Amino acid sequence: MTKGTATPPLFELVGVRQAFPKPAGGELMVLDDVNMTVREGEIVGLLGRSGSGKSTTLRVVAGLIRPSSGIVRYQGELVRGPARGIAMVFQSFALFPWLTVLENVEAGLEALGVPSKEKRQRAEAAIELIGLDGFESAYPRELSGGMRQRVGFARALVVNPNLLLMDEPFSALDVLTAENLRTDLIELWSEGKLPIKSMILVTHGIEEAVLLCDRVLVFSTNPGRVRAEIPVPFKHPRNRLDPDFRKLVDDIYALMTQRSVLAAAPVSGQVGVLSGIADKLPQVSANLLAGLIETLAAAPYQGHVDLPVLSEDLQMEVDELFPIAEALHILRFADLAEGDIRLLPAAFAFAEADTDDRKALFGEHLLKYVPLVAHIRRVLEGRPRHRAPRLRFEPELEDQLSESYAEETLLAAISWGRYAVLYSYDDEAEMFSLEEEEVENEKAEQEGDGRRDAAE
Amino acid sequence: MHAHPYLALGRKAGGLLPNRWDLVAIPLVLGAVVLILLGLHQASVPLGEIEGTTVSLDPANLPDYALRTTLRMLAALAASLIFTFIYATLAAKSRYAEMILVPVLDVLQSVPVLGYISFTVVFFLSLFPGSVLGAELACIFAIFTSQAWNMAFSFYQSLRTVPRDLDEASRSFRFSAWQRFWRLEVPFAMPGLIWNMMMSMSGGWFFVVASEAITVGDKTITLPGIGAYVATAIEQRDLAAVGWAILAMTVVIIIYDQVLFRPLVAWSDKFRCDQTASQTKPESWVLNIFLRTRFLVRLTGSLAAGFQALSDLRLRLMPALPGLPSRLRLPSPDGLGWRIAMIAMDVIWYIFVAVGAAWVAWSVIDYVSASVSWNELEQVAILGLYTLIRVALLIAVATVIWVPLGVMIGLRPRLAERVQPLAQFLAAFPANLLFPVAVVGIVTFSLNPNIWLSPLMILGTQWYILFNVIAGATAFPNDLREAAVNFRISGWQWWRTVMLPGILPYYVTGAITASGGAWNASIVAEVVSWGDTKLSAAGIGAYIADNTASGDYPHIVLGIAVMSLYVILFNRLLWRPLYRYAERKMRLG
Repeated sequence: MTKGTATPPLFELVGVRQAFPKPAGGELMVLDDVNMTVREGEIVGLLGRSGSGKSTTLRVVAGLIRPSSGIVRYQGELVRGPARGIAMVFQSFALFPWLTVLENVEAGLEALGVPSKEKRQRAEAAIELIGLDGFESAYPRELSGGMRQRVGFARALVVNPNLLLMDEPFSALDVLTAENLRTDLIELWSEGKLPIKSMILVTHGIEEAVLLCDRVLVFSTNPGRVRAEIPVPFKHPRNRLDPDFRKLVDDIYALMTQRSVLAAAPVSGQVGVLSGIADKLPQVSANLLAGLIETLAAAPYQGHVDLPVLSEDLQMEVDELFPIAEALHILRFADLAEGDIRLLPAAFAFAEADTDDRKALFGEHLLKYVPLVAHIRRVLEGRPRHRAPRLRFEPELEDQLSESYAEETLLAAISWGRYAVLYSYDDEAEMFSLEEEEVENEKAEQEGDGRRDAAE
Repeated sequence: MHAHPYLALGRKAGGLLPNRWDLVAIPLVLGAVVLILLGLHQASVPLGEIEGTTVSLDPANLPDYALRTTLRMLAALAASLIFTFIYATLAAKSRYAEMILVPVLDVLQSVPVLGYISFTVVFFLSLFPGSVLGAELACIFAIFTSQAWNMAFSFYQSLRTVPRDLDEASRSFRFSAWQRFWRLEVPFAMPGLIWNMMMSMSGGWFFVVASEAITVGDKTITLPGIGAYVATAIEQRDLAAVGWAILAMTVVIIIYDQVLFRPLVAWSDKFRCDQTASQTKPESWVLNIFLRTRFLVRLTGSLAAGFQALSDLRLRLMPALPGLPSRLRLPSPDGLGWRIAMIAMDVIWYIFVAVGAAWVAWSVIDYVSASVSWNELEQVAILGLYTLIRVALLIAVATVIWVPLGVMIGLRPRLAERVQPLAQFLAAFPANLLFPVAVVGIVTFSLNPNIWLSPLMILGTQWYILFNVIAGATAFPNDLREAAVNFRISGWQWWRTVMLPGILPYYVTGAITASGGAWNASIVAEVVSWGDTKLSAAGIGAYIADNTASGDYPHIVLGIAVMSLYVILFNRLLWRPLYRYAERKMRLG
């Protein structure tokens, strides 16, 4: 070790694990062996898709959650509970609606026991710094989203924290407001006007992370782990159009869209990507899938595109776009690798087809490649009255998935199966069933298969 | 069990009220109630006691009594529903009706139900001389008056807030008024209405128990039921029988909740228009079983088809009545002449209402002043003040106890899930069944009834404070809690700047219900007996109860009027402004 040991890092997580007990027994791992170091003078980004544990990590840092195991150290001392000198900015702003701007900003100082004269001075200084002067006596409801988040920043900065935590602070704002606030923040930071030593930013926007942070930790999902640590070598202010900037964004994109399930052996013809009924399905409506197939099949993509390019063209965040692409991959309408998406022949056939044929094709792929749908269908066919309650399948999923993933997976199976007219579902009775037309449909499908086979 | 947005709905309607109409509505309603009651009294024929209605204390009879009590409740609920559909629709559809009906409803809420039981009993008995039917109807009417008002409020408010897009869709489908009512308005109002029905049912148990055994002057009416069973047990000093009655009541409330209201609430959830996903979907095991049975689903399916045909009836009838819709439709409100006519109509209507109110007020003053001296009026006002002090103190005590506890419980979701149904059960449980137990205690330890009878008033209604506070704390936004922790806000500052403002609207909702209930309960709680022992506290509740027992009508009228005024003032000067303040403060965006 060199000089670095002389001044301990500002904040340190070593081998942090976080697990919650599952109602069905066993435990649900949210964070697995997360290591992170924050030094003075840097902005660290935690980047990942929803459910990757980045927000949980931030709450561990804030002392709002105590991890199941691992070491949390702040200025060399172990952290138990919320530490002094760590302030947080929330995605939802978390302003007290019954307090004015000034009172909201003063609340944190009051808790520190700051005398009232100093309290007023500091609060007014913070309000001025963040560009809110004139709004001191306004209530949060009178402010726009951007102004509210400025109050959030002022409230955090007024306590002169060493470490400022930001939990997706710009994601509830519109594009222009968010950009405006980001620029102001980074300007104040670069000019050394912020009374803080370091910042941690949680985000799911790759560009945002590259634009603001000095170092980005990329989280993987289920369980949350730090998959990669990427230094961002650019000086502020950064230019989004700079080729090096674009290159880094593309690289992180490729990294984030790799997933263990996709990284497995290349998929060959008849075998699906899913191995069992309890594999997680992304909850994406069939209409979205059809929409993406149509878009990709047409010019200018002609069936193949880089996801970052597509994300920009469609103005969709990676969090919104990826589940759709993933669903197409699972259903074998597309191949997804290295941040690229490439349509398979079946997808072109789908794009050409009319509604009924689309449903038939979709159903065929569902039964072939989604074991859960095939399983539900088999159970229904096996029962004399062709009915089965949701409870028949839920525990099977919950054995292997968390409660929310199991729910999402089942909902995806319900909505896809309904679209393909493979079965019906009564939400009130929570009951799957085959109606007569679906049984007939099945017959027609088999005949159709026969014809196709004959043609081949 | 979770907090429900409709919990506060009935009360919120208060915010819509045109305040200047209170000046007219208060004398009008109070006066009209008094005049009608006096009219009923004069019209009733003197009659002897009803023969052969004795209540046996054998616990084996309790299932039968419980069933009768429940049937009375359901009959009253049906009546309330019909009243709601007619009254609220009228108020929502006609501007002139609305001006007067809505404030009237608001005042009616404040008139103590138990106060005028004596009048209605005598009236209904005289309608059916010598038969039990009259007494049954009187009892049902008493329950009805305790249930109908908030249901009507809820329905009126729903009618006024039908979403614009649904309204436009139904008009583009050319629904007739009848179709629109059943296809759009009733379904839209359903979740709020069912929650208010549930609230009404909870309140109703108290009154059914109180009105099953009542003595007016020389007449004693006893209807077989749990209330009469308890009254008999009190007369015979049988504490074991009281215990049996409490047990039976507990079972009844649990059954009706599980078999009737849980399924209704879960079912009505599909009518909800606001698609907030955060709300957990209400569940009912009874409904789930029901929906999974094929036979019952088919049966109700055909019933529903019949109902649908009924709701479509007018579509076929309407064209058979040519010209009717166009005659009802008013000419377009563009021309100057039209506007002048409108203003003239308004003026005529205002004058009509004002004159009506003045006449009614004058008649009452005339009647009361003939038999009541100024001196007595002053006395009654002082008695009212005593009860006011009791109510205020009890609410304060209940607040100090239940607000911190409710917050503690509400912030622990698992605990809240278990405590919430219990609190709601306790709110539904008719506390008057427990009075004998308290009386035995007071007599045994020879305590001062002026102090120790008071807690009985709030025994049953304090739970409204508890479960509303729990609901508020459960609904408290998690990010605000996290922000408070992050900024190290704790202790008194936490209560003052974080939690108390957050739960204030919920607390006020609960406290309004609790204080209204306490006023009503004072009529049975300020005078209680155990066999021959009679305990009494000074207050307006005792005044009404004593005069009811001796059949002194002018003085009952005076008592009711004074108590109503106190309740109205209490609501207008304290709760209403507090609720508006809380709502304004809490609103974000």
